[in-house]
Amino acid sequence: MTAEPTFVDNDQRPLGHGRMLRKEDPRFLRGKGRFIDDVQLPGMLHLAILRAPLAHARILSIDTTAAQAHPRVKVVVTGEMLAERGLAWMPTLAEDVQAVLATDKVRFQGQEVAFVVATDRYAARDALELIEVEYEPLPAVVDVRTALDPGTPVVRDEQPGRTDNHCYDWEAGDAAATDAAFARAEVVVRQELVYPRVHPAPLETCGAVADYDQAERTLTLWCTSQAPHAHRTLLAGLIGLPEHHIRVISPDIGGGFGNKVPIYPGYLCAIVGSQLTGRPVKWTEDRYENLVSTAFARDYVMTGEIAATRQGRILAVRARVLADHGAFNAVAVPTKYPAGFFGVFTGSYDIAAAHCAVTAVHTNKAPGGVAYACSFRVTEAVYLIERLVDCLARELDLDPVELRRRNLLKPEQFPYRTATGWVYDSGDYPATLAEALRIADYDGLRREQAQRRARGELMGIGVSFFTEAVGAGPRRHMDISGIGMTDGSALVVHPTGTAELRVSCQSQGQGHETTFAQIVAEELGIPPADIRVVHGDTELTPFGMGTYGSRSTAVSGAAAALVARRVREKARLLAAAMLEVSPTDLVWDKDSADGRFHVAGDEGRHVTIREVARYAYGSADLPEGVDGGLHAQLTYEPPDLTNPYGAYICVVDIDPATAVVTVRRFIAVDDCGTRINPMIVEGQVHRGLTDGVGMALMEMIAFDELGNCLGGSFMDYLLPTALEVPDWETGFTVTPSPHHPLGAKGIGESATVGSPPAVVNAVVDALAPFGVRHIDMPLTPSRVWSALPPSR
Amino acid sequence: MRVRMTVNGEEVMRDVEPRTLLVHFLRDDLGLTGTHWGCDTSNCGACAVWLDREPVKSCTVLAAMASGHEVHTVEWLERRNEFEGGAPGELDTVQRAFMACHGVQCGFCTPGMLMTVRALLDRNPDPTEWEIREAISGQVCRCTGYASIVKAVQWAALQERGRGAS
Amino acid sequence: MQVPAPFEYERATSVEHAIGLLERLGGAARLLAGGHSLLPMMKLRLAHFEYLIDINDLHHEWGRIVVEPTRIRIGALARHRELLENAELRRVFPIFHEAERVIADPLVRNRGTIGGSLCQADPSEDLSAVCTTLDARCVIRGSGGERVVSMAEFYRGPYETAVGDAEMLVEIQLPVRPGGSSAYEKVGRRVGDWAVVSCGVAVWLRDGLIADARVGLAAVGPNTTGIPEISQALRGREPSEDVYAEAGAIAAASCTPVADQRGTVEYKRHLAAELTRRALRRAVERARHEAAPVGGR
Repeated sequence: MTAEPTFVDNDQRPLGHGRMLRKEDPRFLRGKGRFIDDVQLPGMLHLAILRAPLAHARILSIDTTAAQAHPRVKVVVTGEMLAERGLAWMPTLAEDVQAVLATDKVRFQGQEVAFVVATDRYAARDALELIEVEYEPLPAVVDVRTALDPGTPVVRDEQPGRTDNHCYDWEAGDAAATDAAFARAEVVVRQELVYPRVHPAPLETCGAVADYDQAERTLTLWCTSQAPHAHRTLLAGLIGLPEHHIRVISPDIGGGFGNKVPIYPGYLCAIVGSQLTGRPVKWTEDRYENLVSTAFARDYVMTGEIAATRQGRILAVRARVLADHGAFNAVAVPTKYPAGFFGVFTGSYDIAAAHCAVTAVHTNKAPGGVAYACSFRVTEAVYLIERLVDCLARELDLDPVELRRRNLLKPEQFPYRTATGWVYDSGDYPATLAEALRIADYDGLRREQAQRRARGELMGIGVSFFTEAVGAGPRRHMDISGIGMTDGSALVVHPTGTAELRVSCQSQGQGHETTFAQIVAEELGIPPADIRVVHGDTELTPFGMGTYGSRSTAVSGAAAALVARRVREKARLLAAAMLEVSPTDLVWDKDSADGRFHVAGDEGRHVTIREVARYAYGSADLPEGVDGGLHAQLTYEPPDLTNPYGAYICVVDIDPATAVVTVRRFIAVDDCGTRINPMIVEGQVHRGLTDGVGMALMEMIAFDELGNCLGGSFMDYLLPTALEVPDWETGFTVTPSPHHPLGAKGIGESATVGSPPAVVNAVVDALAPFGVRHIDMPLTPSRVWSALPPSR
Repeated sequence: MRVRMTVNGEEVMRDVEPRTLLVHFLRDDLGLTGTHWGCDTSNCGACAVWLDREPVKSCTVLAAMASGHEVHTVEWLERRNEFEGGAPGELDTVQRAFMACHGVQCGFCTPGMLMTVRALLDRNPDPTEWEIREAISGQVCRCTGYASIVKAVQWAALQERGRGAS
Repeated sequence: MQVPAPFEYERATSVEHAIGLLERLGGAARLLAGGHSLLPMMKLRLAHFEYLIDINDLHHEWGRIVVEPTRIRIGALARHRELLENAELRRVFPIFHEAERVIADPLVRNRGTIGGSLCQADPSEDLSAVCTTLDARCVIRGSGGERVVSMAEFYRGPYETAVGDAEMLVEIQLPVRPGGSSAYEKVGRRVGDWAVVSCGVAVWLRDGLIADARVGLAAVGPNTTGIPEISQALRGREPSEDVYAEAGAIAAASCTPVADQRGTVEYKRHLAAELTRRALRRAVERARHEAAPVGGR
């Protein structure tokens, strides 16, 4: 008989913020979700893509005759045919170009070479085998460390004047001041750290259904897109259709995690297929295609150095990064930040001087690098600093928590400007740390560790204190392909008092249909059940930059709150007219269950929001200068980023003989400012913690020396199951964002950012008695064992 | 070839290619799109359905193999109450549990998870936490971190024991 | 998701029917049991057969676990889950329960069969190691009759067995000897993964001393002999940590691991030794507490 589990009651407040159960759940529970592969249109055809078997090879010839002769095949398309339409290449989100279908050569294993459109997916797959491609293999560039060596094959030789694999250089901070600080420092610790290539691997792969109407010259594209409006704008340029003739619909999405931000060649292929056949064309990728060719994450080889006093005061931090961008630079980052937000690598600490230099190179691997809840490379930055801090603690023989205490930013230092120019909005770091230590019983854990060590057992405790930078962002700083990162929001209250909120961000599971209804409910007093959140369809929603970088709450959430307030302000004018008082004589009753304005000092004289709506559309006279209806639309430009943060503690046990790592406990205390729906916040955290265990212990997209991708299936790219993760222990503090209308900061990526270093720190901590200072992820049993001294 | 099987209590008969996978038969031929697919190598479990009342990965079963047998998908769960003596029109306990405990985020793994945990509770009305985790260990969720799914199963088990359900 | 190339499908109504079909269709035909080894390979188009012969209807006759006084007979169509949950099998050969616990996952175990696993002959496959450990005999039936082979004869190499094109593995027979017990150890990078290394041990005690011992390793090179060097070294010895360490050292020296994403050669050898020690220790403890075996001495 199990002990009675305790369930935190969902308080089901009638309005506003709180642990409200999700409105979108019923369709998913009943199997009535509408995902891309569920889309069925009359006459729909299926598309399959032929992909390169080699990492680097010249294409000598392509013979599609046999494929075209297949009775169920409608059309076969090669790069040459796309080139005639000016579509063989397309711009990436990083101001580079990417091949849609290869023409001269293939540059990574899995690259798109040709496609077929057939009556069904089985026939399409069969037809691929009938396409004959003759390749001339070329040596592959696989090792990022030697990619710039003289004599290395050039991946991007299609670019005139190109002689090497250099992609770009980027730096941040003050090199001179940093060098000076290092020269003076009593203690300097240096560590090379690799953040391996990993993949977001959403459970639903990417796909699209393109429906081109030849008569109207319009395109409807169902697509796994985290940013439907951005896709529409960018597609207009690509396919030569005006933007107002394109509709992008992201229906239910089975997980995004940054994997569904880019425009993939497959989407273009589906569009061309539909244009050629005059019928809807569906493309849904295999898992192999997803893992081998779509946006991977990380792949940073970093050398970090940290300078400090003997007493553990950090003076400076320096980083040199070699970034593998694959064959094309296709990262989804704001234009002015080619290395994303890596500049926040000074972390949560008061560090006076810092400098980093990032060199990005091309290799014969898939394009990408920014994905998997990285907050634009914050994952890499946080990993660097949190590992360096632990290495420093080991060097100084200081407890890692104590070392952090001596350097954490203090509440009075906010807003804080880092040595690399980033501004953190707010935080009470000591309080959050204290809460984590309390939940974990940190001192108790250290005592237990000492006892277990005495018995020869390997127990480790790892700490991570991370600061995020999310919610992009102000237009002049944050744009993607020239489009400012603002979000629109539109709210209409109908005559019968129910409402629709149209948002530009797109949910892939984050619960927007619930939380955004809660935001409006809090502002307007309409129950969430009476508010429908519309998202994902460019025809039905205002322009915005989509969901990634934890920006939904930070940007669209702000937009929703402000548009609701704008509606409320109009409602005030109408209510005043109904009650025949001046608008300033009215009090908005925030806690009423029906959105009331009452006359100041006379609560008996009131009107509800429902009554106001009826009046807005009714037949009685309206006040002077006020038009009918009850709606508003605005575009919100965040004044700055937000900085959620957290303190994480991981406890691991390692089998001394087999080196198998077990995560026994994970304590996560997050501060995301105002928590609109704590239940959903916790769910987001749980996910990120699972990501962290996965990346730390088992996930890696590996390649062999020929450039063959070894992580093309879930047999090789291992994801954590329910047996690999503990019951998560979460806590929270609340330090509102000073600039967000609700004080909310966003939470979506915090745990993915903060958890990998906690796990790695724990493993290294467990092995401290053997003098192990660092092991690179993934910490498989073999890699952990191999880090132990031979005498073991 | 012709296949004939019972799906969600109804007899169905279709002509299919022998190589048609059960997951595609259910989704494309029968329009039951609640069952999903997410991988190539029988790892992810998004395709889990019942074959003769046992959860299986329908991407690794031919429709031909299921011919003559009984298949149940997530679409049947909400009617299970009707069949098994509960209140018609009410979602099954495990479905209500996933909602009560936030066991659903993107919803893609959900149908498979529901079928597996329903089968678990049918065999083992009082599973330990480990038994629950083991039961779903062949299925991947990328959103929930599993803890809320475990709690949902515990909630459902409590509900059904409290009701004295069969 | 990837899908197989076209093929024809037949459903066998009896073993004779299945064998007859195999004879008629030759190497282009393959038996289809659980399908969880065959279908994934065909979906990835790493293998193709023009005819699949579904033998699942034979499960009622050829999927049973029969306990006899001196042996246990397991029908080739017995599903992993049945092997996991069979109480008698667990009592006599705990190694089966321990191995099945760490084979694949519960959904795959609902379908996959012991026959399918043995016939796929993946070098990392756990039941092959279990059967080697228990000195199993494989009963193969063809149109000419039945033959019984040892595991060493059954397993010919990666993905290659002694079962001919027109033959079918129908039964696995495990001799029951008094005074014995068994155990299984596996290390994987994650639940359900192929083993980095796994190890099965069977040990028999007489008068407190080791009468015999067999070790079956998986994923570290061919091993279908039960490592006779270990049996020789342990016979007549009193069980102790030193004896376990010695067996482990022999196991490590006897295997031929290959470096890959699962581990280095050194680590795999180390695991071979460590897992042999652990499994042997547990098997001995069990044998010591073992009640009288089935059918008595």
